[in-house]
Amino acid sequence: MSAHTMDISLTVNGEAVNERVEPRMTLVDFLRENLSLTGSHVGCEHGVCGACTVRVDGVVVRGCLMLAAQCEGAKVETIEGVSDNGEIADLQIAFEQRNALQCGFCTPAMLLTAQELLKAGGVPSRDEIREHISGNYCRCTGYHAIIDAMESVAQARAGGKK
Amino acid sequence: MKPAPFAYAKPRTLKEAIALLGKHKDNAKLLAGGQSLIATLNMRLSAPTLLIDLNGLKGLDRIARKGAKVEIGALARHVDVERSDVIAQYAPLIARAMPHIGHPAIRNRGTFGGSIAFADPAAELPACLLALDGEIEITGPKGKRTVKAETFFKGLFETAIGPRDVLTAIRVPAAAKDNRYGFSELSRRHGDYAIVGLAASARTTSKGLADVRLAFFGVDATPLRARKAETALTGGTIDDKRLNAAVAALDLDPSDDVQATAAVKKHLAGVLLKRVARQLLETRT
Repeated sequence: MSAHTMDISLTVNGEAVNERVEPRMTLVDFLRENLSLTGSHVGCEHGVCGACTVRVDGVVVRGCLMLAAQCEGAKVETIEGVSDNGEIADLQIAFEQRNALQCGFCTPAMLLTAQELLKAGGVPSRDEIREHISGNYCRCTGYHAIIDAMESVAQARAGGKK
Repeated sequence: MKPAPFAYAKPRTLKEAIALLGKHKDNAKLLAGGQSLIATLNMRLSAPTLLIDLNGLKGLDRIARKGAKVEIGALARHVDVERSDVIAQYAPLIARAMPHIGHPAIRNRGTFGGSIAFADPAAELPACLLALDGEIEITGPKGKRTVKAETFFKGLFETAIGPRDVLTAIRVPAAAKDNRYGFSELSRRHGDYAIVGLAASARTTSKGLADVRLAFFGVDATPLRARKAETALTGGTIDDKRLNAAVAALDLDPSDDVQATAAVKKHLAGVLLKRVARQLLETRT
């Protein structure tokens, strides 16, 4: 093994993954290039746009600001994983019903970010929702529809628990 | 863009990390949360040949009150500082600043020590340390030493950390009953680096405010105390006349940058000064 490749073992969407990577490879490139999980998008590559958002060990992170090499032993979840297991099915339906997406480039990351806030429970205020998604750019919707969708899901989930 | 190639090491001990720094010198970079470093690597503003990942070091992420001080381990993540009861109770200025640092996904990874070591001139935490008269613990080949915030920030992205040193902890005085704090910043989007910001601390006395410390950020190469305005707010009742006098006394000399012109920054600094001065007068609960 040269100084510039290394072997990593992690789980991605519940499946064990063993791959050889260059240390310089970011997590989002690893997911897209090595594992063909192209739902995580590459936008600005310096942490501003949020399109690369994925979950590592249960919390959302910027996939462009973490290296694949740092994910040894980690539990990584992507939009493909949370779509397939139904975790965010209600959010996905609400996004569609309320036109909370147009081109869809920001949507996978927006959904994961939304889910982190809603998973904490309760019904956040619209200001809290705005603040929580402030790190995810959407250039189509103007955000209002996204906030509507998140708010309605939070209300539905809270109502469902009664 | 993609980073230039580099090797990667994940030492298990601080000693090992310092030995690696000694061996690779300027060609190595320390990786903590990576929320600034990896961006600069992606943009190829920096091209180290070795990244030394500090995330394998144990015990450097503790947040605890130690006597009259609060100690924050360098590897404590922003999200943990933000949610810490110790910080809320004994370092309320820092608690107030945390929600302004980046976005939730950034705070899940970024570290307190990383923000201080990177020393971005528009970052919140360096200014908080300056306002609180905090200190920074640095560990090098010869052991530990402590540097006051006042002398730690030396220039643009330049600190007292030497090429073979690791920032290991931050300490600030634990808040007492009579301490007062204020924090405000103006940015284009919530969570972005501030155009101008202000972190402040003071003590309330029967004769008005004492020990006023105003630390502005985003106005110079380092966080900067506005000493003449501090004097203007010290002692006596603070009314509109006093506030205007303090604004007039602001001795800041910002430069134009991509966000705002110097004149706009100076104006905004005055706006923030008034807002924060009012916060200093509020009773702390």
